Amino acid sequence: MLLKTLYDKLWDDHVVHAEDDGTTLLYIDRQLLHEVTSAQAFEGLRMAQRKPWRVDANLAVADHNVPTTDRSQGIDDPVSRLQIETLDSNCVDTGIVEFRMNDPRQGIVHVIGPEQGATLPGMTVVCGDSHTSTHGAFACLAFGIGTSEVEHALATQTLVARKSRNMLVIAKGQLGRGVTAKDLALALIGQIGTAGGTGYTIEYAGSAIEALSMEGRMTLCNMSIEAGARAGLVAVDDTTVRYLRGRPFSPGPANWNQAVDYWRTLRSDPGAKFDRVVEIDASQVRPQVTWGTSPEMVVPVDARVPDPDRERDPVRRDGMERALKYMGLEPNMPIESIRVDKVFIGSCTNSRIEDLRAAAAVVRGRRKAQNVKLVLIVPGSGLVKRQAEQEGLDRIFRDAGFEWREAGCSMCLGMNADHLAPGERSASTSNRNFEGRQGAGGRTHLVSPEMAAAAAIEGHFVDVRRWR
Amino acid sequence: MEKFVMHQGLVAPLDRANVDTDAIIPKQFLKSIRRSGFGPNLFDSWRYLDIGEPDSDNSQRPLNPDFILNQPRYKGASILVARKNFGCGSSREHAPWALADYGFRAVIAPSYGEIFYNNSLKNGFLPVVLSESQIDRLFHDVLAFPGYRLTIDLQAQTVVVGDGTVFEFEFDPHRKYCLLNGLDDIGLTLRHAQRIRDYEEQRRRQQPWLFDAIA
Repeated sequence: MLLKTLYDKLWDDHVVHAEDDGTTLLYIDRQLLHEVTSAQAFEGLRMAQRKPWRVDANLAVADHNVPTTDRSQGIDDPVSRLQIETLDSNCVDTGIVEFRMNDPRQGIVHVIGPEQGATLPGMTVVCGDSHTSTHGAFACLAFGIGTSEVEHALATQTLVARKSRNMLVIAKGQLGRGVTAKDLALALIGQIGTAGGTGYTIEYAGSAIEALSMEGRMTLCNMSIEAGARAGLVAVDDTTVRYLRGRPFSPGPANWNQAVDYWRTLRSDPGAKFDRVVEIDASQVRPQVTWGTSPEMVVPVDARVPDPDRERDPVRRDGMERALKYMGLEPNMPIESIRVDKVFIGSCTNSRIEDLRAAAAVVRGRRKAQNVKLVLIVPGSGLVKRQAEQEGLDRIFRDAGFEWREAGCSMCLGMNADHLAPGERSASTSNRNFEGRQGAGGRTHLVSPEMAAAAAIEGHFVDVRRWR
Repeated sequence: MEKFVMHQGLVAPLDRANVDTDAIIPKQFLKSIRRSGFGPNLFDSWRYLDIGEPDSDNSQRPLNPDFILNQPRYKGASILVARKNFGCGSSREHAPWALADYGFRAVIAPSYGEIFYNNSLKNGFLPVVLSESQIDRLFHDVLAFPGYRLTIDLQAQTVVVGDGTVFEFEFDPHRKYCLLNGLDDIGLTLRHAQRIRDYEEQRRRQQPWLFDAIA
């Protein structure tokens, strides 16, 4: 029998047609839509007088532009408002289900898909957003696409694609106390680089992955794109099945057992061949902090800012010097000496209930440091927000002087009113520390929710393992 | 889609690795619901000294004289030479839209962010892959010779330097066919409509829960 990886199985199961040269028509089970990358796709459909191929394969939500403050007055920014109204009217015109801004189920597209059971094992899931890789935590083939492909998927329920190569990341041992899936992701990116996964689909396996919750697995798969891989995957196990039971769009009682039996086959065959295997010892991973303007510019919290003079490659050295200048940092300074102005806990990487619980556990009974101007806690969805409030987490955050906001992408990319001013420095649980990402001239350090919360309390980075 | 067959043009060098899509077109410009008009905000935060907004009059904004595209010798450039992992980051198709709207027809780099690469192909904007050493040579030449031009021939899959040196590049045959003929995918795909319907019926029988309505 031919041994297949999980990716091989998912791919083969969705081939509608394959040309001799490998160009493949791949069936798409689910498309998630948001306001920033869909308007031009709907416009394209209209101009060609086409309709969505399968309306009920789509689910839409506005997340990038939405305000995280009081929404009863609508959106101030007329350009943001128009983009969201355009999504609303496109969904009305086509019959696509949308969770509107004031729907309690509204939230970040990559949080609500799994939360609703709209993301299921064995599916292909696409969205005009690179962090669609998040959904691969459920053993579905999920990847980000551009607007032309959004239109293609709407019009044909397929995409034209070529198969990637298979990479296996094995995380052995167990993550230590105070070390999270976020740290594992950043450590991996530090090891293989932001282009290390380009051309691959990454499957994560090993004892440290098996021990992760679905939230942790989503964080890890989310960051696959920062390693260059369009898709990340984790095999189905009891944790997956337990998470999916009873979700609104999960299979009902009539199909549940049949679905679970199928889902259980969604794992790589023992002995299946991978094009590349990367091993990482989870027990050696320390809390990570990025120091530069690319996620691969990352070191453990107890290390120092790297020195470009020690880098031999001229292109890399040039990049390091540019990054240090942009970040306003000196070579060799201890990471723990870096002071922050703002803290952001949220984004499709780290805004789920478990992230908020972990941050709250660090914060409980403490207050934010004087030098920290703003701490934003932005839940990933209205339902995450409600759950956190039922658990009293909002009270812990408010008592610490943090702001408790409505769900959305918020300061991960600052398309709404939440952003850094030029020169401001953040500790952020988001996924990208690119120049200007959180606001023009803003300086971003990527960390886990625990590390961000601790930085908010101390006013600078601290090692949560020793600090607690 | 605009065809790409052969293009000769002025070359501009962008000598940094990992140029991400946030740098190519910053987020505040993604609020537009159109496909065009992004050119004036290409590389906005590197190109101007102030912070641009969607309603800014770009002709009145202070240019950053140190940014390479602002140098007079690169005015009218239509081929960009760049370093590895160009276009990494987000899936925003606004990145190739902005490059094309500015006047670029092609970019040459050792590697690309995958989604950016794909998006470029859908817009008649050609991403060419050459080796690191070939790229080093192009950077050297473009800096040494004002008015430096290259010819990119997609049919022959070559980049031709002024002195007659020819660099060959690999290219996906299906994508090449689409670009040479200016064909969009959707029309081509819909020729397989019956196959898609057949697949869908089979899938509905095997995994009926995938077709439960979302409501």
